[in-house]
Amino acid sequence: MTTTQADISREIQAGQDGGPEHQPRLDYPAYRSSILRHPTKAPHPVDPEGVELWAPCFGHTDVAEAEADLTIQHAGEPLGSRMTLSGRVLDGDGRPVAHQLVEIWQANASGRYAHLRDQHPAPLDPNFTGQGRCLTDADGWYRFTTIQPGPYPWRNHLNAWRPAHIHFSLFGTDFTQRLVTQMYFPGDPLFPLDPIFQSVTDPKAREALIATYDHDLTSPEFSLGYRWDIVLTGTHRTPLDTDTEEPA
Amino acid sequence: MSASPGQTVGPFFHIGLPYAGDNELVPPGRADAIRLHGRVLDGDGVPVPDALIEIWQADSEGKVCRAPGSIRRDGWTFTGFGRAATDPDGHYWFSTLEPGATQPDRPPFIAVTVFARGLLDRLFTRAYLPDPEVAGEDPLLDTIDSDRRGSLIATRDEQGLVFDIHLQGPRETVFLSFPKHRGVWA
Repeated sequence: MTTTQADISREIQAGQDGGPEHQPRLDYPAYRSSILRHPTKAPHPVDPEGVELWAPCFGHTDVAEAEADLTIQHAGEPLGSRMTLSGRVLDGDGRPVAHQLVEIWQANASGRYAHLRDQHPAPLDPNFTGQGRCLTDADGWYRFTTIQPGPYPWRNHLNAWRPAHIHFSLFGTDFTQRLVTQMYFPGDPLFPLDPIFQSVTDPKAREALIATYDHDLTSPEFSLGYRWDIVLTGTHRTPLDTDTEEPA
Repeated sequence: MSASPGQTVGPFFHIGLPYAGDNELVPPGRADAIRLHGRVLDGDGVPVPDALIEIWQADSEGKVCRAPGSIRRDGWTFTGFGRAATDPDGHYWFSTLEPGATQPDRPPFIAVTVFARGLLDRLFTRAYLPDPEVAGEDPLLDTIDSDRRGSLIATRDEQGLVFDIHLQGPRETVFLSFPKHRGVWA
Protein backbone atom coordinates (compact mmCIF):
# COMPACT_ATOMS: atom_id res chain seq x y z
CA MET A 1 0.00 0.00 0.00
CA THR A 2 1.27 3.46 -0.83
CA THR A 3 2.16 5.65 2.10
CA THR A 4 0.52 9.05 1.79
CA GLN A 5 1.26 12.40 3.36
CA ALA A 6 -1.76 11.81 5.62
CA ASP A 7 -0.09 8.64 6.97
CA ILE A 8 3.19 10.45 7.57
CA SER A 9 1.43 13.43 9.17
CA ARG A 10 -0.31 11.02 11.58
CA GLU A 11 3.07 9.50 12.45
CA ILE A 12 4.55 12.96 12.96
CA GLN A 13 1.66 13.78 15.29
CA ALA A 14 2.19 10.52 17.19
CA GLY A 15 5.89 11.37 17.47
CA GLN A 16 4.97 14.49 19.42
CA ASP A 17 3.53 12.29 22.17
CA GLY A 18 6.99 11.38 23.41
CA GLY A 19 7.40 14.99 24.54
CA PRO A 20 9.53 17.81 23.17
CA GLU A 21 13.15 16.98 22.52
CA HIS A 22 15.77 19.43 21.53
CA GLN A 23 17.79 17.13 19.28
CA PRO A 24 16.37 14.91 16.53
CA ARG A 25 15.07 11.50 17.52
CA LEU A 26 17.25 8.93 15.86
CA ASP A 27 14.42 6.38 16.07
CA TYR A 28 11.91 8.26 13.93
CA PRO A 29 10.13 5.89 11.54
CA ALA A 30 8.23 8.69 9.73
CA TYR A 31 11.64 9.21 8.07
CA ARG A 32 11.64 5.78 6.45
CA SER A 33 15.37 5.55 5.78
CA SER A 34 16.04 5.82 9.53
CA ILE A 35 14.30 2.54 10.39
CA LEU A 36 17.34 0.26 9.93
CA ARG A 37 19.94 2.96 10.48
CA HIS A 38 19.41 4.14 14.04
CA PRO A 39 21.10 2.57 17.05
CA THR A 40 18.64 0.84 19.38
CA LYS A 41 20.87 0.92 22.45
CA ALA A 42 21.42 4.03 24.56
CA PRO A 43 24.71 5.76 23.87
CA HIS A 44 27.39 4.97 26.41
CA PRO A 45 28.30 7.96 28.59
CA VAL A 46 32.01 8.67 28.66
CA ASP A 47 34.30 11.57 29.56
CA PRO A 48 36.22 12.82 26.53
CA GLU A 49 39.95 12.13 26.52
CA GLY A 50 43.01 12.94 24.49
CA VAL A 51 42.16 13.94 20.93
CA GLU A 52 38.45 14.24 21.75
CA LEU A 53 39.29 17.38 23.76
CA TRP A 54 40.71 19.05 20.64
CA ALA A 55 39.41 19.72 17.15
CA PRO A 56 41.20 19.63 13.81
CA CYS A 57 42.72 22.96 12.73
CA PHE A 58 41.87 24.49 9.37
CA GLY A 59 43.61 27.51 7.92
CA HIS A 60 43.91 29.69 4.85
CA THR A 61 46.01 26.97 3.28
CA ASP A 62 42.84 24.82 3.35
CA VAL A 63 40.16 27.28 2.28
CA ALA A 64 40.43 30.01 -0.35
CA GLU A 65 38.31 33.12 0.25
CA ALA A 66 36.55 32.66 -3.09
CA GLU A 67 35.07 29.36 -1.87
CA ALA A 68 32.56 31.35 0.20
CA ASP A 69 30.94 32.61 -3.00
CA LEU A 70 28.90 29.86 -4.66
CA THR A 71 27.91 32.16 -7.51
CA ILE A 72 31.38 32.56 -9.05
CA GLN A 73 32.42 28.95 -9.53
CA HIS A 74 31.53 28.81 -13.24
CA ALA A 75 31.73 30.98 -16.34
CA GLY A 76 28.23 32.46 -15.93
CA GLU A 77 25.91 33.61 -13.18
CA PRO A 78 23.67 30.93 -11.66
CA LEU A 79 19.92 31.32 -12.02
CA GLY A 80 17.80 32.19 -9.02
CA SER A 81 17.54 34.70 -6.23
CA ARG A 82 21.00 35.71 -5.02
CA MET A 83 21.45 35.80 -1.26
CA THR A 84 24.01 36.77 1.35
CA LEU A 85 23.95 34.33 4.25
CA SER A 86 25.79 35.20 7.43
CA GLY A 87 25.77 34.43 11.12
CA ARG A 88 27.85 33.48 14.13
CA VAL A 89 29.04 30.13 15.37
CA LEU A 90 28.98 30.00 19.18
CA ASP A 91 29.78 27.25 21.65
CA GLY A 92 27.37 26.14 24.37
CA ASP A 93 28.76 28.82 26.71
CA GLY A 94 28.16 31.58 24.19
CA ARG A 95 31.82 31.95 23.18
CA PRO A 96 32.47 32.58 19.49
CA VAL A 97 34.10 29.70 17.64
CA ALA A 98 36.96 31.48 15.86
CA HIS A 99 38.88 30.47 12.72
CA GLN A 100 36.98 27.23 12.29
CA LEU A 101 35.70 25.48 9.17
CA VAL A 102 32.12 25.90 7.90
CA GLU A 103 31.02 23.81 4.90
CA ILE A 104 27.71 24.05 3.03
CA TRP A 105 25.98 22.25 0.18
CA GLN A 106 22.60 22.77 -1.40
CA ALA A 107 20.21 22.31 -4.34
CA ASN A 108 19.98 24.89 -7.10
CA ALA A 109 17.13 27.39 -7.53
CA SER A 110 14.97 24.70 -9.18
CA GLY A 111 15.42 22.26 -6.33
CA ARG A 112 17.92 20.02 -8.14
CA TYR A 113 21.26 18.85 -6.74
CA ALA A 114 24.27 18.51 -9.01
CA HIS A 115 24.43 14.84 -7.97
CA LEU A 116 23.91 11.66 -10.01
CA ARG A 117 21.46 10.28 -7.49
CA ASP A 118 19.13 13.26 -7.87
CA GLN A 119 16.70 12.33 -10.63
CA HIS A 120 14.20 15.12 -9.96
CA PRO A 121 13.22 16.32 -13.46
CA ALA A 122 14.08 19.93 -12.73
CA PRO A 123 16.86 21.62 -14.67
CA LEU A 124 20.48 21.41 -13.62
CA ASP A 125 22.20 24.78 -13.68
CA PRO A 126 25.55 24.64 -15.50
CA ASN A 127 26.60 27.68 -13.46
CA PHE A 128 25.84 26.24 -10.05
CA THR A 129 27.44 23.33 -8.18
CA GLY A 130 26.10 24.19 -4.73
CA GLN A 131 29.19 23.65 -2.58
CA GLY A 132 30.96 26.25 -0.43
CA ARG A 133 33.44 26.58 2.42
CA CYS A 134 34.69 29.34 4.65
CA LEU A 135 36.47 29.92 7.93
CA THR A 136 34.83 31.84 10.77
CA ASP A 137 36.54 35.10 11.73
CA ALA A 138 37.91 35.97 15.17
CA ASP A 139 34.35 36.67 16.43
CA GLY A 140 32.87 33.46 15.02
CA TRP A 141 31.22 35.09 11.98
CA TYR A 142 30.81 33.22 8.70
CA ARG A 143 29.49 34.66 5.43
CA PHE A 144 28.45 33.07 2.13
CA THR A 145 27.11 34.41 -1.15
CA THR A 146 24.82 31.91 -2.84
CA ILE A 147 21.39 31.57 -4.42
CA GLN A 148 18.19 30.56 -2.68
CA PRO A 149 17.69 26.78 -3.08
CA GLY A 150 14.32 25.43 -4.21
CA PRO A 151 12.21 22.81 -2.41
CA TYR A 152 12.30 19.37 -4.02
CA PRO A 153 10.45 16.04 -4.05
CA TRP A 154 11.84 12.88 -2.47
CA ARG A 155 10.63 9.31 -2.13
CA ASN A 156 9.91 8.96 1.56
CA HIS A 157 6.19 8.67 0.73
CA LEU A 158 3.82 9.68 -2.06
CA ASN A 159 4.06 13.42 -2.79
CA ALA A 160 6.83 14.02 -0.26
CA TRP A 161 8.61 17.39 -0.59
CA ARG A 162 11.53 18.74 1.40
CA PRO A 163 11.32 22.34 2.56
CA ALA A 164 14.08 24.43 0.95
CA HIS A 165 17.27 24.11 2.99
CA ILE A 166 21.04 24.47 3.01
CA HIS A 167 23.18 21.74 4.59
CA PHE A 168 25.78 22.98 7.11
CA SER A 169 28.78 21.17 8.56
CA LEU A 170 30.57 22.67 11.60
CA PHE A 171 33.50 22.03 13.92
CA GLY A 172 34.06 23.48 17.39
CA THR A 173 37.13 23.63 19.60
CA ASP A 174 36.73 20.03 20.73
CA PHE A 175 35.73 17.08 18.58
CA THR A 176 32.63 16.30 20.65
CA GLN A 177 31.05 19.49 19.25
CA ARG A 178 30.97 18.22 15.67
CA LEU A 179 27.65 19.18 14.04
CA VAL A 180 26.00 18.57 10.69
CA THR A 181 22.59 20.15 10.27
CA GLN A 182 20.26 21.95 7.83
CA MET A 183 19.21 25.58 7.72
CA TYR A 184 15.66 26.40 6.59
CA PHE A 185 13.90 29.55 5.37
CA PRO A 186 11.21 31.44 7.29
CA GLY A 187 7.53 30.63 6.73
CA ASP A 188 7.98 27.50 4.63
CA PRO A 189 4.55 25.83 4.19
CA LEU A 190 6.24 22.41 4.02
CA PHE A 191 7.49 22.51 7.64
CA PRO A 192 4.58 20.58 9.23
CA LEU A 193 4.75 17.89 6.54
CA ASP A 194 8.48 17.12 6.65
CA PRO A 195 9.59 14.19 8.84
CA ILE A 196 13.25 15.28 8.85
CA PHE A 197 12.45 18.74 10.22
CA GLN A 198 9.79 17.30 12.58
CA SER A 199 12.20 14.69 13.98
CA VAL A 200 13.15 17.56 16.31
CA THR A 201 10.02 17.42 18.45
CA ASP A 202 10.61 20.65 20.42
CA PRO A 203 9.10 23.53 18.41
CA LYS A 204 11.56 26.04 19.91
CA ALA A 205 14.48 23.87 18.85
CA ARG A 206 13.04 23.62 15.32
CA GLU A 207 12.91 27.41 15.20
CA ALA A 208 16.65 27.42 15.86
CA LEU A 209 17.06 25.82 12.42
CA ILE A 210 15.27 28.66 10.60
CA ALA A 211 17.18 31.67 9.29
CA THR A 212 15.69 35.14 9.58
CA TYR A 213 15.49 37.72 6.83
CA ASP A 214 17.94 40.53 7.69
CA HIS A 215 17.66 43.73 5.71
CA ASP A 216 21.01 44.90 7.10
CA LEU A 217 22.63 41.98 5.24
CA THR A 218 20.74 42.79 2.06
CA SER A 219 22.96 44.49 -0.53
CA PRO A 220 21.44 47.18 -2.76
CA GLU A 221 20.75 45.88 -6.25
CA PHE A 222 22.65 42.67 -5.52
CA SER A 223 21.33 40.16 -2.96
CA LEU A 224 18.83 39.47 -0.19
CA GLY A 225 20.26 38.97 3.30
CA TYR A 226 19.61 36.09 5.69
CA ARG A 227 21.03 35.66 9.17
CA TRP A 228 21.49 32.32 10.86
CA ASP A 229 23.40 31.75 14.09
CA ILE A 230 24.55 28.30 15.15
CA VAL A 231 25.16 27.09 18.69
CA LEU A 232 27.36 24.03 19.20
CA THR A 233 27.32 21.89 22.34
CA GLY A 234 29.57 22.96 25.22
CA THR A 235 33.31 22.47 25.29
CA HIS A 236 34.86 19.93 27.66
CA ARG A 237 38.16 21.80 27.84
CA THR A 238 38.50 25.45 28.80
CA PRO A 239 39.55 27.03 25.52
CA LEU A 240 43.02 28.54 25.55
CA ASP A 241 44.03 31.85 24.03
CA THR A 242 45.70 29.82 21.32
CA ASP A 243 42.28 28.45 20.33
CA THR A 244 41.28 31.89 19.11
CA GLU A 245 44.53 32.55 17.31
CA GLU A 246 44.56 32.24 13.59
CA PRO A 247 46.54 29.22 12.37
CA ALA A 248 49.51 30.09 10.18
CA MET B 1 22.73 28.15 25.54
CA SER B 2 20.87 25.35 23.83
CA ALA B 3 22.74 23.63 21.04
CA SER B 4 21.30 23.86 17.54
CA PRO B 5 19.70 20.54 16.58
CA GLY B 6 21.50 18.24 14.17
CA GLN B 7 19.92 17.00 10.95
CA THR B 8 20.84 14.14 8.63
CA VAL B 9 23.60 14.61 6.02
CA GLY B 10 21.04 13.26 3.53
CA PRO B 11 21.82 11.51 0.23
CA PHE B 12 23.67 14.37 -1.48
CA PHE B 13 26.52 15.09 0.95
CA HIS B 14 29.00 14.06 -1.77
CA ILE B 15 28.55 17.54 -3.21
CA GLY B 16 29.72 19.23 -0.05
CA LEU B 17 31.89 17.08 2.17
CA PRO B 18 34.31 14.72 0.38
CA TYR B 19 37.42 16.29 -1.17
CA ALA B 20 40.48 15.02 -3.02
CA GLY B 21 42.80 13.24 -0.58
CA ASP B 22 40.30 13.40 2.27
CA ASN B 23 41.03 9.81 3.36
CA GLU B 24 44.82 9.99 2.94
CA LEU B 25 46.22 11.36 6.21
CA VAL B 26 49.55 10.05 4.94
CA PRO B 27 50.30 9.01 1.36
CA PRO B 28 49.34 5.33 0.91
CA GLY B 29 52.34 3.08 0.64
CA ARG B 30 54.64 5.21 2.79
CA ALA B 31 56.73 2.93 5.01
CA ASP B 32 54.82 3.69 8.22
CA ALA B 33 51.37 4.06 6.60
CA ILE B 34 48.61 1.72 7.64
CA ARG B 35 45.22 1.19 6.07
CA LEU B 36 42.27 1.61 8.44
CA HIS B 37 39.20 0.24 6.73
CA GLY B 38 35.88 -1.43 7.27
CA ARG B 39 32.23 -1.49 6.36
CA VAL B 40 29.20 0.39 7.62
CA LEU B 41 26.20 -1.93 8.03
CA ASP B 42 22.52 -1.41 8.83
CA GLY B 43 20.22 -3.38 11.14
CA ASP B 44 19.81 -6.14 8.54
CA GLY B 45 23.56 -6.38 8.03
CA VAL B 46 23.21 -4.68 4.64
CA PRO B 47 26.10 -2.38 3.66
CA VAL B 48 25.36 1.36 3.82
CA PRO B 49 26.61 2.95 0.56
CA ASP B 50 25.85 6.53 1.61
CA ALA B 51 27.63 6.93 4.92
CA LEU B 52 30.53 9.24 5.73
CA ILE B 53 33.17 8.43 8.34
CA GLU B 54 35.48 10.97 9.93
CA ILE B 55 38.52 10.14 12.02
CA TRP B 56 40.55 12.37 14.32
CA GLN B 57 43.65 11.00 15.97
CA ALA B 58 47.02 11.66 17.53
CA ASP B 59 50.23 10.99 15.61
CA SER B 60 52.37 7.90 16.22
CA GLU B 61 54.00 9.60 19.23
CA GLY B 62 50.62 10.31 20.83
CA LYS B 63 50.82 14.02 20.05
CA VAL B 64 47.57 15.83 19.21
CA CYS B 65 48.10 17.66 15.93
CA ARG B 66 47.57 21.42 15.85
CA ALA B 67 48.61 22.01 12.23
CA PRO B 68 46.15 23.04 9.51
CA GLY B 69 46.27 21.36 6.12
CA SER B 70 43.70 18.54 6.25
CA ILE B 71 41.91 19.82 3.13
CA ARG B 72 44.91 20.84 1.02
CA ARG B 73 47.37 18.20 2.13
CA ASP B 74 51.05 18.90 1.47
CA GLY B 75 52.00 15.21 1.67
CA TRP B 76 54.33 15.78 4.63
CA THR B 77 52.33 17.29 7.48
CA PHE B 78 50.32 14.89 9.60
CA THR B 79 47.13 16.75 10.60
CA GLY B 80 45.25 13.90 12.30
CA PHE B 81 41.94 14.45 10.51
CA GLY B 82 40.42 12.47 7.67
CA ARG B 83 37.10 11.86 6.00
CA ALA B 84 35.88 8.95 3.86
CA ALA B 85 32.56 8.31 2.15
CA THR B 86 31.53 4.66 1.85
CA ASP B 87 31.56 3.07 -1.61
CA PRO B 88 28.63 1.10 -3.13
CA ASP B 89 29.62 -1.88 -0.92
CA GLY B 90 29.50 0.20 2.24
CA HIS B 91 33.27 0.10 2.48
CA TYR B 92 35.52 2.97 3.61
CA TRP B 93 39.30 3.24 3.96
CA PHE B 94 41.91 5.62 5.30
CA SER B 95 45.66 5.71 4.85
CA THR B 96 46.99 6.86 8.20
CA LEU B 97 49.43 6.21 11.05
CA GLU B 98 48.88 4.03 14.04
CA PRO B 99 48.23 6.54 16.82
CA GLY B 100 50.30 6.58 19.99
CA ALA B 101 48.73 6.94 23.44
CA THR B 102 47.97 10.54 24.42
CA GLN B 103 48.45 9.61 28.10
CA PRO B 104 50.86 7.05 29.60
CA ASP B 105 49.43 3.58 30.30
CA ARG B 106 46.25 4.24 28.35
CA PRO B 107 45.33 2.28 25.23
CA PRO B 108 45.45 4.48 22.11
CA PHE B 109 42.31 5.03 20.08
CA ILE B 110 41.10 6.87 17.01
CA ALA B 111 38.02 9.10 17.51
CA VAL B 112 35.36 8.29 14.92
CA THR B 113 32.18 10.07 13.84
CA VAL B 114 29.53 8.51 11.63
CA PHE B 115 27.10 10.28 9.31
CA ALA B 116 24.65 8.71 6.85
CA ARG B 117 21.49 9.21 4.91
CA GLY B 118 18.79 7.89 7.26
CA LEU B 119 20.80 8.80 10.34
CA LEU B 120 19.22 11.92 11.80
CA ASP B 121 22.27 13.01 13.82
CA ARG B 122 25.96 12.13 13.91
CA LEU B 123 27.24 9.29 16.07
CA PHE B 124 30.50 9.21 18.01
CA THR B 125 32.57 6.13 18.71
CA ARG B 126 36.22 5.08 19.19
CA ALA B 127 38.39 2.61 17.32
CA TYR B 128 40.91 1.23 19.82
CA LEU B 129 44.05 -0.51 18.59
CA PRO B 130 44.06 -4.32 19.00
CA ASP B 131 44.83 -5.76 22.45
CA PRO B 132 44.10 -2.56 24.38
CA GLU B 133 44.59 -4.36 27.73
CA VAL B 134 48.31 -4.71 26.98
CA ALA B 135 48.62 -0.91 26.94
CA GLY B 136 46.79 -0.40 30.22
CA GLU B 137 43.40 0.05 31.82
CA ASP B 138 40.77 2.13 30.11
CA PRO B 139 37.88 3.90 31.83
CA LEU B 140 35.58 3.28 28.86
CA LEU B 141 36.47 -0.28 27.85
CA ASP B 142 36.46 -1.40 31.47
CA THR B 143 32.78 -0.45 31.85
CA ILE B 144 31.46 -2.17 28.72
CA ASP B 145 30.01 -5.69 28.72
CA SER B 146 32.38 -8.18 27.18
CA ASP B 147 29.89 -9.07 24.41
CA ARG B 148 29.87 -5.48 23.11
CA ARG B 149 33.43 -4.44 23.91
CA GLY B 150 34.78 -5.87 20.67
CA SER B 151 32.77 -3.35 18.65
CA LEU B 152 35.20 -0.66 19.85
CA ILE B 153 38.40 -2.54 19.07
CA ALA B 154 39.93 -2.72 15.60
CA THR B 155 41.37 -6.01 14.39
CA ARG B 156 44.61 -6.39 12.47
CA ASP B 157 45.01 -7.40 8.85
CA GLU B 158 47.96 -7.40 6.49
CA GLN B 159 47.80 -3.67 5.70
CA GLY B 160 46.74 -2.37 9.07
CA LEU B 161 43.44 -2.21 10.90
CA VAL B 162 39.85 -3.29 10.26
CA PHE B 163 36.98 -1.51 11.96
CA ASP B 164 33.38 -2.31 10.96
CA ILE B 165 30.54 -0.10 12.15
CA HIS B 166 27.12 -1.63 12.82
CA LEU B 167 24.47 1.07 13.08
CA GLN B 168 21.95 -1.41 14.51
CA GLY B 169 21.39 -5.10 15.17
CA PRO B 170 22.91 -7.84 17.31
CA ARG B 171 26.44 -6.49 16.71
CA GLU B 172 25.47 -2.83 17.15
CA THR B 173 28.55 -0.68 17.72
CA VAL B 174 28.85 1.05 21.08
CA PHE B 175 28.20 4.73 20.40
CA LEU B 176 29.18 7.41 22.89
CA SER B 177 27.69 10.45 24.55
CA PHE B 178 29.82 13.07 26.21
CA PRO B 179 28.83 15.10 29.31
CA LYS B 180 27.90 18.24 27.34
CA HIS B 181 25.58 16.15 25.14
CA ARG B 182 23.39 15.00 28.03
CA GLY B 183 19.75 15.58 27.33
CA VAL B 184 20.51 15.39 23.64
CA TRP B 185 19.43 11.77 23.41
CA ALA B 186 16.03 10.20 24.00
